[in-house]
Formats: sequence, C-alpha cells, structure tokens
Amino acid sequence: MVYENPDGVRIGLEVHVQLNKLNTKLFCGCSTNYHDSEPNTHVCPVCLGLPGSLPVINERAVEFAIKIGLALNCNIVEQTQFHRKNYYYPDLPKGFQTTQYDYPIASGGEVSIEGEDGERKIGITRAHIEEDPGRLQHMGSIDKSKGTLINYNRSGMTLIEIVSEPDMRSPKEARRYLDKLRSILDYLDVFNGDLEGAMRVDANVSVFYGDRVEVKNISSFKGAERALLYEIMRQKNHIRRGGKITLETRHFDEARGVTISMRTKEEEHDYRYFPEPDLVPMRVADKVPEVLKTLPELPDAKKERFIKQYGIADMHAKALTSDIKVANFYEHVALQVEPGASAVWVADILKGELNYRDISVDAFKVEDMVEIIELITGNKITERSGIEIIRTILDNGGTPAAIVKEKGLIKVEDDIVTKAVTEALDENPEALQDYLGGKEKSLNFLVGQVMKKTAGRSDAKTTREMLLERISELPPK
Amino acid sequence: MITKEEVEHVGWLARIEIHESDAQAYAEKLNAVLDYFSQLDEVDTENVPPTYHVADIVNVFREDVVRPSMPQEEVLANTEKKQEGNFLAPKIM
Amino acid sequence: MTGWANILQIKEKIAERSAEEVTASYLERIKKSRINAYTTVWEGAIDKAREIDEQGHNGPLAGIPIAIKDNISTKGISTTCSSKILQGYVPPYDAHIIERLKDAGAIILGKTNMDEFAMGTSTESSCYGPTLNPWDMERVPGGSSGGSAAVVAAGEAPISVGSDTGGSVRCPAAFCGVVGLKPTYGTISRYGLISYANSLEQIGPLATCVSDIATLMDVIGGHDARDSTSIKTETVYKDALADDVSGLKIGVPAEYFGAGIDPAVENSVWDAIQLFEEMGASWEQVSLPHTSYALAAYYIIAMSEASSNLARFDGTRYGYRNEGENWHVMASRTRAEGFGAEVKRRILLGTYALSAGYHDKYYLKALKVRTLVKQDFDLAFKEFDCLITPTMPTPAFKLGEKVEDPLALYLADVNTVPINLAGVPSISLPCGFTDGLPIGLQIIGKHFDEATILKAAYSFEQNTEHHTRRPAEVA
Repeated sequence: MVYENPDGVRIGLEVHVQLNKLNTKLFCGCSTNYHDSEPNTHVCPVCLGLPGSLPVINERAVEFAIKIGLALNCNIVEQTQFHRKNYYYPDLPKGFQTTQYDYPIASGGEVSIEGEDGERKIGITRAHIEEDPGRLQHMGSIDKSKGTLINYNRSGMTLIEIVSEPDMRSPKEARRYLDKLRSILDYLDVFNGDLEGAMRVDANVSVFYGDRVEVKNISSFKGAERALLYEIMRQKNHIRRGGKITLETRHFDEARGVTISMRTKEEEHDYRYFPEPDLVPMRVADKVPEVLKTLPELPDAKKERFIKQYGIADMHAKALTSDIKVANFYEHVALQVEPGASAVWVADILKGELNYRDISVDAFKVEDMVEIIELITGNKITERSGIEIIRTILDNGGTPAAIVKEKGLIKVEDDIVTKAVTEALDENPEALQDYLGGKEKSLNFLVGQVMKKTAGRSDAKTTREMLLERISELPPK
Repeated sequence: MITKEEVEHVGWLARIEIHESDAQAYAEKLNAVLDYFSQLDEVDTENVPPTYHVADIVNVFREDVVRPSMPQEEVLANTEKKQEGNFLAPKIM
Repeated sequence: MTGWANILQIKEKIAERSAEEVTASYLERIKKSRINAYTTVWEGAIDKAREIDEQGHNGPLAGIPIAIKDNISTKGISTTCSSKILQGYVPPYDAHIIERLKDAGAIILGKTNMDEFAMGTSTESSCYGPTLNPWDMERVPGGSSGGSAAVVAAGEAPISVGSDTGGSVRCPAAFCGVVGLKPTYGTISRYGLISYANSLEQIGPLATCVSDIATLMDVIGGHDARDSTSIKTETVYKDALADDVSGLKIGVPAEYFGAGIDPAVENSVWDAIQLFEEMGASWEQVSLPHTSYALAAYYIIAMSEASSNLARFDGTRYGYRNEGENWHVMASRTRAEGFGAEVKRRILLGTYALSAGYHDKYYLKALKVRTLVKQDFDLAFKEFDCLITPTMPTPAFKLGEKVEDPLALYLADVNTVPINLAGVPSISLPCGFTDGLPIGLQIIGKHFDEATILKAAYSFEQNTEHHTRRPAEVA
C-alpha cells in the first residue's frame, strides 16, 4: 500500500531540546535544577546579561550535542563557533541570543519512523547548540496583557535545536517522529523529558506543496498533533475559499486549539548574525572519538538485537525498545524467565497497565514480574490472576506472593478439577446430551458448572480441555 | 547612501526611537561616515580571510560544575519594576 | 603631602604616616578638584585604608590608592560608563581586575570619567560633562579614558586603570603627559569590563612612570578562566625594567607621520628616536602599507560589535527607563533618551553595517582589511623588535573643537587603532612638550612581548626628564 498524500502535506519540525541533565547552564555555573524554585534564584551576572559579564562554554554541553548528532546519524562538523543572533525581546537579557549559524555542530542525518505506509526516513537538516531565553509570563493573553513578568531562571539553559527536512506527510507521522526523537534522547540520557519545557516544537506546514507557514509555541507532543491538524485544515479551507497561503508565522494557542497570525512589526527580523567575539572557535572533531565511546545502543539497534537474541516478534521488540526503561526492564526479566513469555507479559500487559495509569515502568519491580511469570508458566495461577496481581501492585502495592495468598489465587489441583468435571457431567446429563447433539453452548454451561465448583480457581481453558477429554472417553451410548 | 527611510528602519532594528523630524539629520551625519568607510572598496581583499580573533586559540571550555547563583534580592536590586520575584515589563505587543 | 607621586613614594609616605592619611589627602585633593575627572568618589576608601593600617597587608599595592575607569564593574560602587542609561546601576560583582587589585591591597578611590561607553577621543561625550586637561583647562584630556589619565596627571590618584579599544588608554596618556599601556589582546581578563568592542579592547594601566605600569601589570595581568579570550602567560613585568636598549632594532613606520601631524609632535618623536640611537639601539624606516585603511576598518568593526554589545541596555533589568505602551516602545524610548548622540550614531552605523545586504560590504570587508593590517605588523616584526611612532598626531585639542564633527574626531585615532586591530601591545609615554602641552611617544611591540616595550620605555624614561614635569597647578 502506498500512501498518496492526497493534500500534498509537508511538515518539517524544529524541536528545541533542553539538556536539563547537565549540571550547569551553557555559559555559566548556575544550576539547571530550577524547576521548582522561586523566580530569579538561579541566575548570575552571566545568564542575567549584566554589563561586563562573559560566557564560558560548558564542555559537557558540547559533548552532549555531539552525542545527539551521532545518534541522529549526522555528520559532525570539523570546527565551529558560536554566533550572536541579534533581536530584541525581554526574555533575552543580552539583547541577542548566542547560537550557531553557518556551521551547526551536526548536519545531514536521518531518523527512521513508522510512517503511514511502513518505515520512512525523516531527514535531519541540522542540529545546533544555543542558549534558552528566560521565561515570560503574560498577565493575560499575549496580545492583550497588562504586563509581562520575566523570570531568568531558564535563561542560559542549553538547548539543542533539531531541524528536520519537511519529510512528514501527516500529523500522525509528525507525532511518530517526535516520539522517536524523544525515545533516542532518553536513550542518550541527556535530558529529562518530563520536566516542563524540556521539548518545545515549532512546525513548518504546507499543503498542496505550497508556501509554508511556521507555527510556533507548541509545548507538547499532543499539542503538536493538534496544532498540525488545525493548521492543515485551516490552510485547506483558506485555499478552498479562493485564498492564497503565504509565508508567515503563526502562534499556537494551546487553550483554544487554534493558530493565530503573528504578523506584526516585531516580526520583521534581520538577525545580523556575527561570530561571538567573547568565545573562541571549537574544534569539535577532536572530541568525536571520545564521545563515540559513550554512545549507547540505540532503539533501532536494540530492537534488532532483541529479535535475534530473544526470538521475539518484531511487534514485541518494537514495543519493548521504544522506551529505554522498558527495554532494560524486559532484559532483566528475560534473563531469568522464558523470553517469549516475558515479552508478552511486559510488552502487552504490563506496558498497557502502565500507559493506562500514565506512570513509568520504574513503578514496577523486575523480581515481581519474574515471580508472576514463573507462577503462570508453572501453572500455579491463571493468566487472569497474573493480571490481577499486576493491577493490585500498581494500585495498592504489595508483593505477588502476598497478593496470591490474600486473594486465594493459587490454581486448584488437577484432581479437584477432575472431580468437579466428573460431578458436573453426572449432575447434568441433559446438557451433555445437548452438546453431543451439536449444541456448542452446552459445553460453556458445563465449563461454568466446573468453575463454580472450584470457586473460579481453575481456568476456563484448562477446564474446557479436561471436559472435552472426558467426554471423548465416555462410552458411546 | 543611507536614506531617511533606512535610518528609520535601522532605528527600529536597534530599538532607538528616531522622530521623523530627526531622520534627515541622522542620515546626513551617517552618510558622511559611510562615505569615509567606502574607501575600503578600493582594497583588494580577494582570497583574504577575515580576522575575527587576533588570538589563535580554540577549545576553551568550562567544567560542568555548579557555582553559586545570586540571591533573588540582589538580582532585582537594580530595578524598581518587579513583582513577586519577577522583573516587570510592559506587555510585549 | 601627596599628589603627583609614584608607588614607591606613596609606600614611603604610608610607612611614615599611614594608609589612612594618604588616602585622606587624596580624597581632599579630589574634593578641591576642578577637572571633573571622577564620576564617583568611593566613601569606603578611608575605612579600607584604616583596615589596612590596622590589620597590615603585604600585597604589592598595600594601601596604594587607585582610580578605576567607570566602565569596569565594581561591586557596590556605581558603574555607569558615563552614560545616562546606566544611571543608578550598582553592580553586584567585581571585575576580575578589581578582585586582583583588592587582593593586592589597593584602595579604590573612585570611578573616573570617560567618553560615554568609551566611544570617543576627548571625554566630552560623558553624561557628567567633560573632564578638563590638567595642563590646560580649555583643552580635552583625550579619551576615552580621559578621567583615568587626568587624575594621574593632576595628582588625584597615583595610578589608575582605563580601557583601550582604539587608543583609549594611550591617547589620554599622551594628552595628559602620563604613561599608559595597551597590553596584548588576551593579557588582562576582560571579565567585568563593560564591552564596547570585545575583539579589540583591553584594560590597561596608567601611571606617572614605567615602573608603576609594570607593578600594576603584575597585579592585574594573567589568566582568568572567566574570560575565554584570556591567555596563559608567565610574564613577570617587573623583570623587564632595565636601562638597556643596546642592540634593539626599532622600526619607524612612515605612515604614522602622515598628513595632519603637528610639526612639534614630529620633532619630539624624531628626537626620541635619535636618543634611542645614542643609547645603543638602531632604527630603520619601515612601511605598514595598509595603515590608511585601518581607521575605517576599525570603526566598522567597533561599531558593529558595539551595536550588539549595547543591546542589553533596554531598561528592563537595570538603569534608566522610560515607559511606553508596549515593551518595544519602552525599549526604543529608553534607548533614545538614555544614550548620547555619538553612542546612538555608532549603534545605528553598526546595526547598518551588520544588516542584511550590507554585512559583506562593511563588516566582512573590514575584517578582511583587519587581516591585512595584522599582516603588515607580522611582517615588520620579522625585522624589528619594536616600532616607534607618535601616539597622537597632535597635542590635546580644545574642548568643543571636534564635538560636532564625528569624522574629525575619528581621524585623531589614526595612529592608535591599527594596534588594536592587530592585537599587539603598545605603550605611550611623554617625550616632549609644545606650548606647555605634553607629547606622547608610542612604542609598539610583538604579541606578548610587553617586556621589550617596557624595557625600551623604561630606558627612555631613565635618560629623559619629560616624565618629571607636572602641570602648573599640581605642585
């Protein structure tokens, strides 16, 4: 099946990733750990842009950037330097943003995603380092506010801006690309995506292969999909009514789910880039060999290895490797119990329960998962009981053994079931006759009777098999 | 030659309010200087690289070690315009 | 009891009396001063001096009063760059050199007047009004570090620091008859120096004699991890001081004696060159062919960098502010009112030179010419140990003479700006007088070879009397 992209949609994304796992900001020693702090408590003369202060580059920030570039299959630049991007905005304490310009640290990469019609490669144009501005809080909406509160705690945080080619053909593909990016960045351990503002997205959207519109201020992945759906619809409607789409910047209003035109005098930009005289060039190539050594196995490679090493299905391997924590969890489980069963239990069941509750796999212990799988494969409990144990642990805590005991989940012994089967057949001869006469439903009735006698501790599948076996052994009448 | 309109545009880019009545006078003074600058046109700089830094040094970095930040009252000490620990500015647009 | 004095003499006074009395006498002189050289006098100086008397201090500048240019950040002491836009700004941190000076025991007397944001050659663009030349109060002290040079010449501080972007230490040193050094780019940390043109400027010391320059350099020079352009050097500047120029090869660049040079200046400099020869040095003419383009290149680069450096002054976080209906209008109005005419002109020109369509014609072109200017020096220094020129083509000019004509003012920097483009060190010291006005001799050295020019300057000083002459009012 080939996805034809009937509306000629092209989406390119610029993703700003805040490297909040660094200890300090990009150009000063202020801590990055400001998220729960009072405003303007994580600033110094440098990130406040006080007159006379000077920047010094955080070496680890550069190493993180190289790592990300390599993970996105980019070429790493030989030598580069920071530039000043000059524009006025109150969140920029120096009146310019220190960023990269003509030689981004990484360029020409690609990322594979599950597209509308199978695997697709999304081109990575470039990835570069820049500093985060401070945070503005409009007292009211951006266009009608009474004033603006400025907090510079975020000012000077390290951002990596990852710019894609306009290779995505639907909001769904855009969403998958973002998920994949997040997955890779988690693997690299360069950021905590759960913190506010850790990933921010600007989108370039065009329809019918026309001029693109830039949509800014998208602060979540869900928001990205919504903003794109809205913007594509808006552009199509506009064209349908005889309008023309021209290059412009629009602002996504998350609360209302719409994009608003930002065409104002403030938007007439001429950034007057020039090399930052207060910093010296960086010979990045010197650092690549060292960084390469720290590069972990990435999601695609891990998936292939899981398929090979554990003999699990492609679908399971994909589900297990999209989140580094789940992948690690699975491997720990699979080393102790049968990998195939482990894949089913971790990917299909545990992950589903976690997603339902919107919590991380950290909430579940490897040894509990192992114990549950052992109970099931050892035929001690039913699968239904297994699920019940997982849910109980997630909701109320406890250990599998205690829950099994408390809820009396141990499967009854076979002879008890055998006895119940015999009794059920003896007590319900007409049901047996009906079944032999071709009424399939009667067998279900008999299964129910057996389960009733064992108080639910036998499972339906086994009971059914035992009933059929017994019936087949009955002398013909 | 820089025109009156360009002066106003550059004034906006540089966030320096220039009254229309002053733009012409600005243009004249700036043009005298730009005219002087244009003597550089006669220098042959083909194949001459630009010098951004006189010192030939690269890779100056800092370790990723936290240093103390400033207390909030010190951060805000140089302005009267503040609110609940934030700087207070007029609306953006 | 004090006044025009060198560090050694002050140390004797302190030993005789006390640091407190020495400081008090300077503060007394400053109070009576008519030259308007200080923007802020630091009230804490007396307490600091008393503390040194009481607790003792064995730093190289223990108890020595010093004046600081008002573009160097001093914790708790107003720092304004002589601009209305920084009115009321009190930095919460010390510049690197201020930390060093405090550690060495120096007593900060106050901040000195300057051209607004160091943009000028006369100290007339200050929002506090001009500083007067102690030799002739109708004349400018030079600039932009006019206050720092004038206080030394007037005996209102024995030593001071300024900053030199295109001659801002050497020009006022020449006009005020004191010694001033622009060190090699990267020698002194710029951390805390409020930027005008970062790729060109260096902090530099001013004093009554070469020896004090070396003493100050030993305190304020050296590597600082907070300035990425700071270079690790091991130079001990004091070690350079020797009265010995035998074998020294001096280049005399013809281009620095060009049109507009005052004959008295020219004569004094040639007299100096002749004296060097008598002292055992040799000299030869040399050509630095791109000199005439240096000025334009310098101003384009300086203004471009300045337009960006001064963007932070928008009224939001510190300094002057006027309100407006939105932030952009507020910033535009604040900047229109907070900056003086020359600063605004330079910001506009710099913005223009970097803007789309003009970036290559002006900014990039200037940086290429910079390469050529630098190559001229590289070539000359293959042959010569140092170069000698007049610091300024004329002695100090009259107040108000060039205020209305920016270009005329720029042209005065013709002999000083090429040095900043190349990043090499250069010292200015008195080499004569004309009509009672001092004349400055400029000695230019190789990168990081301050030792050679300090030695040459020291030798010259040991064999001349110019540096002992004082303005009539400074007895």
